[in-house]
Amino acid sequence: MKKAITLTVNGITQRHEVEPRLLLVHYLRDVLGLTGTHVGCETSICGACTVLLDGQSAKSCTVFAVQAEGCQVTTIEGMAVGGQLHPVQEGFWEKHGLQCGYCTPGMIMAAAQLLARHPDPADDEIRHGLEGNLCRCTGYQHIVDAVRYAAGKMKAASGD
Amino acid sequence: MSDRFVGKSVKRTEDPRLIQGLGHYVDDVKLADTLTVAFLRSMYAHARITSIDASEAAHAPGVVAVYTGKDVAQKVGPVPCASAGAIPGLRIPDYRVLATDHVVFVGQPVAVVVATDRYAARDAIDLIMVDYEELPAAVDLEAAAGTGPAIYEAYGDNIAYKLTAGEGDIDAALKGADHVITQRIVHQRLAPVAMEPRGVLARYLPGEQELTLWSSTQIPHLLRTQIALMLGMPENKLRVITPEVGGGFGSKLNVYAEEALLGWISMQLGKPVKWIETRRENMQATIHGRGQVGTLEVGYNNDGTLTGLRWNVLADMGAYMQLLTPAIPTLTGLMLSGCYKIPAIQINITGVFTNKVATDAYRGAGRPEATYVVERALDLVAAELGMDTVDVRRKNFPKPDEFPFKTATGLFYDSGNYEAALDKALGIADYKALREAQRQARDEGRLIGIGVSTYVEICALGPSQAMPAGGWESATVRIEPTGKVTVLTGASPHGQGQETSFAQIVADQLGVDLNDIAVIHGDTSIVQYGIGTFGSRATAVGGTAVYMAVEKLIEKARQIAAHMLGVDAASVAFNEGKFSKVAARAASAAASTEVPEPMLPAGQAPAGAIPEPEDDGKKVSIQDVALAAHLAREIPPGMEPGLSATHFFEPTNFTFPFGTHIAVVEVDRETGAIEFQRYVAVDDCGKVINPMLVDGQVHGGIVQSIGQALYEEVVYDDQGQLLTGTLMDYALPKAAMIPRMELDRTETPSPVNPMGVKGVGEAGTIGATPAIVNAVVDALAPLGVRHIDMPLKPEKIWQIVNQQS
Repeated sequence: MKKAITLTVNGITQRHEVEPRLLLVHYLRDVLGLTGTHVGCETSICGACTVLLDGQSAKSCTVFAVQAEGCQVTTIEGMAVGGQLHPVQEGFWEKHGLQCGYCTPGMIMAAAQLLARHPDPADDEIRHGLEGNLCRCTGYQHIVDAVRYAAGKMKAASGD
Repeated sequence: MSDRFVGKSVKRTEDPRLIQGLGHYVDDVKLADTLTVAFLRSMYAHARITSIDASEAAHAPGVVAVYTGKDVAQKVGPVPCASAGAIPGLRIPDYRVLATDHVVFVGQPVAVVVATDRYAARDAIDLIMVDYEELPAAVDLEAAAGTGPAIYEAYGDNIAYKLTAGEGDIDAALKGADHVITQRIVHQRLAPVAMEPRGVLARYLPGEQELTLWSSTQIPHLLRTQIALMLGMPENKLRVITPEVGGGFGSKLNVYAEEALLGWISMQLGKPVKWIETRRENMQATIHGRGQVGTLEVGYNNDGTLTGLRWNVLADMGAYMQLLTPAIPTLTGLMLSGCYKIPAIQINITGVFTNKVATDAYRGAGRPEATYVVERALDLVAAELGMDTVDVRRKNFPKPDEFPFKTATGLFYDSGNYEAALDKALGIADYKALREAQRQARDEGRLIGIGVSTYVEICALGPSQAMPAGGWESATVRIEPTGKVTVLTGASPHGQGQETSFAQIVADQLGVDLNDIAVIHGDTSIVQYGIGTFGSRATAVGGTAVYMAVEKLIEKARQIAAHMLGVDAASVAFNEGKFSKVAARAASAAASTEVPEPMLPAGQAPAGAIPEPEDDGKKVSIQDVALAAHLAREIPPGMEPGLSATHFFEPTNFTFPFGTHIAVVEVDRETGAIEFQRYVAVDDCGKVINPMLVDGQVHGGIVQSIGQALYEEVVYDDQGQLLTGTLMDYALPKAAMIPRMELDRTETPSPVNPMGVKGVGEAGTIGATPAIVNAVVDALAPLGVRHIDMPLKPEKIWQIVNQQS
């Protein structure tokens, strides 16, 4: 009944036998203990569970773990490298882009992918780019500011 | 007290863990051998349960236990309501943690499965066979209040209570007015939708006979007391821990059936059990907010002066009482004066049972309803008189020298300067230019509206006399032997950032580094009894408790420092973390002014009161004193060792923040969609500890108001089925629906507490909703529109535009 899967999560190869119906988010949280990815709605509306699947943002509450076979998965725990925050994480801290923090990991993952596609987005593009992620605390304004901060930081780092 | 941190936009100390996914919400707490609990919930709004057969479920793979109402009816007490005894004639149905023979709303817990994992638990739920005999459901609020069938036969009708409040001769005030406007107004039901649903982890240790509940709650200590009563266990054997809490907005200011039941199950099985609410459960079975339908009557004279206001309201209780269900409409009654002089005010509340989940506190909790009624009233009056809406407001404001201002609802507003906030907002918006632009746009056939709301709210809940379970807050501050500072607060922040803002206060008082302070909350075994975080009280009441505890601690430290310096305590000054000997002349002033008088405006010491230290080189730091206090060899004879102080702060009054919100919208004639052109808010929440956090609170509140005004509505069909059971159906605002908000502030300190703070958590949800609706109504005014009920969905607006043009 169980299926063997092999995938890479935050740079580490993982091999497990899982039930075919096990959701990716439950695999990350319950099997790997990566609890930074949150569940907010189980219907892929709120985006709290957003991770990167081969570099594309995906809502891990509506992906089966077996579908991630062979994939590179990045979760919020994989964003800071060597103790250095990702610019988007830094932006959320600098600009008060979070309050309760529950939507934050998903929001950061979505924002990181948005900036990978559009390194210099206008406010409007940021707002539309984050439409798949709900936040009930911040009213989004500081999140937009956080993403702009990150864009500036990443631009400076790339030497443009 | 230094000013290195208070008043500055200090980055949050909470954030490093949260932005890295390293925080621990309830579901992130993992205990070995934890079993999963899943609920079978009623699919009917109103039915008799004729039989439950759980035998197949009990034998399903992975299932450890199944419990139904019969198993717990005699074991776990009813869900508590804090209004018992406070509202005359109040009916409180006996609501148990699992239904036995009668279900009264869709989502009511009927049975639970305990299994080895969440998938097995969910599978087994489907194997429980329940036979229901469906009964007619009371869904529509006005119909339920009438002659329809009673949900509880013993009551004979669906009236939960009736209450009249207010002062002044309202009949005479309305009769004597030049004009009276009557308007029906609806406050739709809303779902709070904290992004983290509720969740409980319960662990009973049979040997120690100790139960620990990790719960996503705003009130750890009150929850502990109530759960102990429900389970019939000693309160000192129950520990409640609130780990990271992913938003509350009032929905976690409660005592829920699931919290008690999880505790009971863990006690039966001797193992940890966990339940994490699904979003569907959250929409069905976590409290809703608002839910009022009423008739406004406002009397006014030809010059725009208000003479009286009456709000006859049906308040939707839902099917039973949660902790504060019947109390919420009474808060509406308190705030019906708005920020105006209204000589006579009356509220007539009829609390009505319906076959829906209970209503209770949702961000603002009764006050948004009041503010909306009053602010709509002002616009209705302005429209009838042909006056500018701003002029009608000015006409009825109390002046700054009229504070404390007594209302006809029995309150004394602590301080205020309503015109200053209004003028500032009008200036930022450039109101005159906006009106001119509106005239031009109307000439072109465009529908532009400008909405103004001047609001006042009641915060810092509150004096204990006005609260069901204590209105104070507690704090303990101690300095450890290494000089690190530990703050234990009875407040229970869940996103507001008080780990940072309380540390800012303490850092300035003690002259220590922000990073040397740890603010601990939400663990009843570590923190002294506290009330919790709700009603915009954490900073004004809880922060003040911290402030007062530090002042006490400094006084003890001063005694020790004097001993170490070999001088009299009256000759010791404390500045920037150091005690030093001061010149004799100034010494008495130093001792007497260290604790500011409550009336002292925030952050202002009397000129010359803080003496210059005498530069004789003798200084001891607060850290030196802390070590000495613990070593206890160099302290005054007879003094208690250690350096710790606790304060339970009892406020003498509520606080009354206020402000002006201005929305500018354009209505699309073709689609009925509403687009924001501007949103300006000037809020006055008294002394500000951290401007960045205050802005965040205001932003979030305004966006929840945008949600209520334009999008959100809990909808049940006429059978009582919840149609908005997922986030696909319940429309929360998304980033692209929101304008960039332009915020500013005025700062009128509160005289109620020494820092002059007022509170800001709910300002946005109170001030913004009427500004938005007033703007849309103003946009449609050329079509003769005077009022539209929320939410202002495009189809509703389109129909209005296309019927009337």
